[in-house]
Amino acid sequence: MATAHAAAATDAGPKAGGGGTGRRAPRGRVAAVLGRHPVGLLLAAPYAVFVAAVFAYPLGFAIWMSFHDYFFAAPGAVVDRPFVGLDNYRAVLVDPQVRQAFGNIGVFLVINVPLTAVLALLLAVALNKAVRARMFLRVAFYVPYVTASVAVVGVWLFLFNSEGLVNQLLGPLAPDPSWLVNEGLAMPVIAVFVAWKQLGFFILLYLAALQNVPKELYESAAVDGASAWARFRSVTVPAVRPATALVVILATITGANLFTEPYLLTGGGGPSGSSASPVLVMYQRGIQQGQPDVAAAIGVLLVIGVLVISAINRRLLERD
Amino acid sequence: MRRTIPAALLTVALAATAGCGDSGGGDAGKANAARGPITVWLSNNAEEVAWGKAMVQAWNTQHAEEQITAQEIPAGTSSEEVIGAAITAGNAPCLIFNTAPAAVPQFQKQGGLVALDSFAGATDYITGRTGANAGQYTSPDGKFYQLPWKSNPVMIFYNKKIFAQAGLDPEKPQLATYDQFLAAARKIKSSGAAQAAIYPAPTSEFFQSWFDFYPLFAAESGGKQLLDGGKPQFDSPEGQRVAEFWKTLYDEGLAPKEKYNGDSFADGKAAMAIVGPWAISVYRDKVSWGAVPVPTSAGTPADQVKTFSDAKNVAMYSACQNRATAWDVLKFATSKEQDGALLTATGQMPLRADLPAAYPDHFAKNPAYQGFAQQAARTVEVPNVPNSVAIWQAFRDAYTESVIFGKKPVSDALSAAAEKAEQLAAS
Repeated sequence: MATAHAAAATDAGPKAGGGGTGRRAPRGRVAAVLGRHPVGLLLAAPYAVFVAAVFAYPLGFAIWMSFHDYFFAAPGAVVDRPFVGLDNYRAVLVDPQVRQAFGNIGVFLVINVPLTAVLALLLAVALNKAVRARMFLRVAFYVPYVTASVAVVGVWLFLFNSEGLVNQLLGPLAPDPSWLVNEGLAMPVIAVFVAWKQLGFFILLYLAALQNVPKELYESAAVDGASAWARFRSVTVPAVRPATALVVILATITGANLFTEPYLLTGGGGPSGSSASPVLVMYQRGIQQGQPDVAAAIGVLLVIGVLVISAINRRLLERD
Repeated sequence: MRRTIPAALLTVALAATAGCGDSGGGDAGKANAARGPITVWLSNNAEEVAWGKAMVQAWNTQHAEEQITAQEIPAGTSSEEVIGAAITAGNAPCLIFNTAPAAVPQFQKQGGLVALDSFAGATDYITGRTGANAGQYTSPDGKFYQLPWKSNPVMIFYNKKIFAQAGLDPEKPQLATYDQFLAAARKIKSSGAAQAAIYPAPTSEFFQSWFDFYPLFAAESGGKQLLDGGKPQFDSPEGQRVAEFWKTLYDEGLAPKEKYNGDSFADGKAAMAIVGPWAISVYRDKVSWGAVPVPTSAGTPADQVKTFSDAKNVAMYSACQNRATAWDVLKFATSKEQDGALLTATGQMPLRADLPAAYPDHFAKNPAYQGFAQQAARTVEVPNVPNSVAIWQAFRDAYTESVIFGKKPVSDALSAAAEKAEQLAAS
């Protein structure tokens, strides 16, 4: 490695200095603006434009809306959209429904994220070792992920409504009120549903990570007499830590964007709003009730919340 | 340097955002006088589409220079959301024959609607066709931004077979008072004749109160709207009686708290339903049904009971460039002849004064519709106030929390919802 670095330094030296100061100055200014490889900008430009159009612009627009008295209007309509400072944020923060929605999503994340990470890792390890029907099992876990939520929600309604299969199996042990109309159980059911639905994707992430774990580590541990559990704990878990960080962050982002499931599974956030999510409330405020400024403020707070949680996750999971 | 380009792009995007305002703007006077082809949207109810196509064909054969192009409202979560998006995009059609009165204040605020009063004789035409009920459809500025078109006065449908199984009189059911209704509901449930006595959607969508609380509130209060002059009317003895009536049904399990995926009445799961006459054609082959007015605490005589209209109206949208043609089409589509065709094809009640007298032959041949036609003269509309949808959502949230799930006393919930509704109406 030292030799390679030295060679690189040697190569760079004459180029940087070659030709004297008279030629170096213009190239330096161009490089300062366009970088050392301008063609890279050309290649990145389409994606940069895409990001600007579908991410930066809407995000900027949402932030702008959240500070104004904004509503959607017909082209040509003369409307006043004054700057209102933090009024929309104040309205959001004192709104009990919004606070409840953020609390609900907290419950969701506490259940869903650990469940997703643990189940995905365990199933990935099992699938990695499975000899027979490996492909069938992988597809079986992946199918819910690629199936539209609207379709699989129907199956869960069949399972978890008061006359559903689960209650029939539980008999007198069935909860009353039933799962989806029970204030304490509606959100946990949604968290489990989403974990089940997303599992296939996260298993794939872990399977990819497991391919990169050197077999020698397992062999060494086996020679040292480590049990299967000890090998899992001391070899597998640390080796897939980057994948775990990714799974946790992606699951957190997915959870924070929860909409379809409470909308369809519990009839628009019932019972008593106990399964409403911030995105569902954004939809109600912004689209149904014509208050996109308030919806934008909720969205900005949600983005900030997700960034903070993701940063904490990274700090906790990616440290050595 | 690596961050320079993304930062520049973001700056450009933000600058574009800040600069994005409304542009363009047509000459309303010119558009009001212009004639030419127009587009219209129809609801996606099969019977209504058939009527719409026939109406369009009838117009087009007589107006070669002013052709109508009709299509169903594009698919979406709800018609109101699709229309709201079309207004913002500037591509709304000239006329939509499915404009919900509750959405009109929002569309008006968006600058998406044309005041029909700007056409000569419009006010006289609307009030002459609809009568005194037309007043419910004026906006706070006194103008008509919607033409009252058709209603589906909500009544109680009951399943005669289930009533007979439960030992109730299927021809003259006693459902006029709350006590009678509850007694019948208990008998249905205890006899096992049906899983539910009645099964309105217990979900949280803002419009669900139109099919449980609001019809009974209209009846109990003698025709009050949810708000009057910006003041909530539901936090009152009448509103509390209605809410307590429904709460009893939920508390005793006579009305389920869980969403039913399908039509509980058509499926025989519920013995009763609160529906308008559009459902007659749906239930005709599935259920042997009867219909009675909604109950009141004291048993108001049937010919005096008011109810929710469940109306859909026609509005003209500001993106329309040939508005003179659109206004003529609006009058053509709501003429006595076309209203009769609509009544025959769909069973829905044109919002015309003295409807039974206008189409005596139809009602003589279709006695099932007579009760609805009489009821159509006693309907109550949603209030035409700013933030209408937000007010209904605030009410629904309070209703589900207290009436359906019993998490809060009814009086406290109605009082809190009234306070919020008043703030929303004033803002």
